[in-house]
Amino acid sequence: MADLNESIQKARAALDAHTVEIVKWHFSPETGCPFWLDWAREAGWNPADEISCFDDIIAKFPHFQDEWLRDKQPEVWVPQEFAGKPFNIFETGGTTGMPKQRIGWNDYKVDYSEFSDSLDDAEFPRDHYWLMVGPTGPRRLRLSIEHLANVRGCSCYFVDLDPRWVKRLIADKQFDQAKAYMEHVVDQATTIMKHREVSALFTTPKLLESIAERLEDEGSSLYEAGIRGVFCGGTTMDPQYTRFLVEELLENKIGFKPTYGNTLMGLAKHKPFTPEDKFSITYHAPQPRAVLRVVNPDTSEPVEYEEWGRVELTTLTKEFFMPRFLERDEAIRRPPIELYPWDGVAEVRPFGAMQKKIVEGVY
Amino acid sequence: MLNIPVLRWGEPYESLETDEVIHHRTGEVLAKVGQANPGLLARDMRKADRARELLREIPIKDLIEMMKKAGDLYLNATLPLGDGEQSPDDFARQQSASTGLPEHMCKFNMEKNHFVLNNMDQIFDALTRGLDLEILERGFGVEERGVPVSYQAQSPVLGMVLPSNSPGVHTLWMPVIPMQIGLVLKPGPQEPWTPYRMFAAFTEAGVPREAIGIYPGGPDMGAETVARCGRVMIFGSTQTVKNYSGNEQVQVHGPGYSKILLGDDVVDQWEDYLDLMADSIYKNSGRGCINCSGVWASRHTEEIAEALAERVGPYEVKDPTDPEAGLAAFTVPGQAEAVWGMIEEGCQENGTTHVTEKHGARLEQLERCDYIRPTILHCDSPDLKMANTEYMFPFTTVVKCPQEQMIKKIGGTLVASAITNDEAWAAQLTDATNIDRLNIGPLPTIALNWLQPHEGSIVDFLFRARAYQTPDDRLKRICGK
Repeated sequence: MADLNESIQKARAALDAHTVEIVKWHFSPETGCPFWLDWAREAGWNPADEISCFDDIIAKFPHFQDEWLRDKQPEVWVPQEFAGKPFNIFETGGTTGMPKQRIGWNDYKVDYSEFSDSLDDAEFPRDHYWLMVGPTGPRRLRLSIEHLANVRGCSCYFVDLDPRWVKRLIADKQFDQAKAYMEHVVDQATTIMKHREVSALFTTPKLLESIAERLEDEGSSLYEAGIRGVFCGGTTMDPQYTRFLVEELLENKIGFKPTYGNTLMGLAKHKPFTPEDKFSITYHAPQPRAVLRVVNPDTSEPVEYEEWGRVELTTLTKEFFMPRFLERDEAIRRPPIELYPWDGVAEVRPFGAMQKKIVEGVY
Repeated sequence: MLNIPVLRWGEPYESLETDEVIHHRTGEVLAKVGQANPGLLARDMRKADRARELLREIPIKDLIEMMKKAGDLYLNATLPLGDGEQSPDDFARQQSASTGLPEHMCKFNMEKNHFVLNNMDQIFDALTRGLDLEILERGFGVEERGVPVSYQAQSPVLGMVLPSNSPGVHTLWMPVIPMQIGLVLKPGPQEPWTPYRMFAAFTEAGVPREAIGIYPGGPDMGAETVARCGRVMIFGSTQTVKNYSGNEQVQVHGPGYSKILLGDDVVDQWEDYLDLMADSIYKNSGRGCINCSGVWASRHTEEIAEALAERVGPYEVKDPTDPEAGLAAFTVPGQAEAVWGMIEEGCQENGTTHVTEKHGARLEQLERCDYIRPTILHCDSPDLKMANTEYMFPFTTVVKCPQEQMIKKIGGTLVASAITNDEAWAAQLTDATNIDRLNIGPLPTIALNWLQPHEGSIVDFLFRARAYQTPDDRLKRICGK
């Protein structure tokens, strides 16, 4: 416990130092971006001078407004240091209207290179082939997965899935169309798996279920098709569902890496399962580049450990500063662990999932 | 408190997700029921054929005997349930506690289920119209009258998406196992008791465990059951009925809108039928689809409504353990209030009168559950909003309607008890396709003859009669005829 406490203190100190560095970067005219420099002028205080630790961000910044990522042109987010360098434009989910956009250069590579270090070579063999079945298009995920594969000496096949269209179909109760689209995606994925050697699969839980079912209908299985490692993310995975994936579809033989990530944060890693976890998935943000808190939606104060609250994200990189963004997710707050000595978020699901019907679809 | 697992073809599966079954008055947790995720059923359905194969290894006549034994066990024995066991009294107490139905009615339902199981041979004979059981086993054969026939099972299993509020519906699936068809049961969240107790009784009586799966869960589990089983029986609202209209894979049991129709030839003697009307409205808590929700006549309707209100209006809420309790609780929060709101709104319409008003407030709200006392309305026209409604408590609208308009105006009616000696009208009623169960004469809507089909024959639902031609010598060799 003493070791863990020490690790927690060290991580906290690193976060505070990183916070100061990043805030100074974004709020200094030589390095900062137009949006935050303008914001500081209007706010009447200079975060570069006044932020001395992460808690200051919580105390002094309001919640980041997602409209800013819809309404503003991308240039306003370009830090001076990156001026003139073409950027990637990544979009979040969205269904109708203008989606949220985040620009970036290298952040995704940093996140996914670091993530690669947490992978087991037996489950995700190097110098082989991967398959991603999921949202490509304007999302960061597509480039991120390809980068992750490349870092490990692998190349990646892609099958696209447009989650915006699926959400619309489901919201309009066109279930037959949604099912047909899913079949179309599964057809493409299993065709690749049959004709090419693939050892790692990145997909959503529902697609994983459908791909496994198709293979089994044809007398095969994910394992027999050569899959040794699976990344899953995108929709809710409660403990029973996770257990189902691990025991029934992956047959306890295929490595399973649940992921929680998005365009605004990067990629959170999950706490390796122990029997005590009973398949409850806990994610830890890529701190200090991003910080996740689980807060009471009414007071914005952190909830107690093992209590549900709304997920709040702060992103702290030289490419992007986003303080206290309230995600559309809720989660259980979990304590730090030795591997990730900062708070975790567990059993993530759409905010208000217990109160109202949420359209998640296959994504 | 009991822990009740998912049963995957008879094998217990301890789900990590559970749902609590709560006592509607005390809040006590009666059981934690493991929740299945739809993917489990999707995978298990690969073994559905095995359920039928195992049952086909047992002759139907033996399965019928097993049903009789199971009926006795269900009624009288202490049987295993989850991590504990359950006596018959426990069962009635638990079912009452979670569904809100008075205990003595739960016991009555047990007897009803027992009766069906114990008379399975006669019921089977009636449902199959006297078919030689070997023909059903083999899939083809020759009838007594010398005609070759064939019946082909349309699915190895029947899926049942069961309701929470009406334990009476379980009789519908009792004949399925002896038809050598497996069962996939998705229990209602508040009524896991009957499916699990039946499973225990069936298997103790010799039915292979692998022939039955029980998959408790939320609405997504119900949808998966419908999607995965070749034949499914579901229970739901009028909208659910519409959703599955024309889908031969799904048999939907919706609201009954059951009615008593008084012919012009007998309506002047309406008082002779008051007991029959009151029983049809009130017995078994008025919750069933066969309970009367409308009394239709061309005259005397105001007097009939007043007399019925006088008869059932004073009934009061009693503790569910009271042998005199006649009302069932609404256990879903806010439901009774919403229902009563709809009735009050309906009574705003000119021509609609709340006749039981003088017998005191109808809506009674307790700490954890609510009741609505028996309610009688009068509508002076069949076109009024409240003229054709049904709620899950003793509720009836007495509707003034000329006899010649009645058949058209009553709409879809599960049970029509037409009290008349007018054979011309009786003939029209016999032809009316909007009536399912037809009683001609002074019969309560709740009087079911178990030898008659209910909302379509389950044999016709599960088996398809089709042509089967083969040389006579083969037929003789195999069938002996």
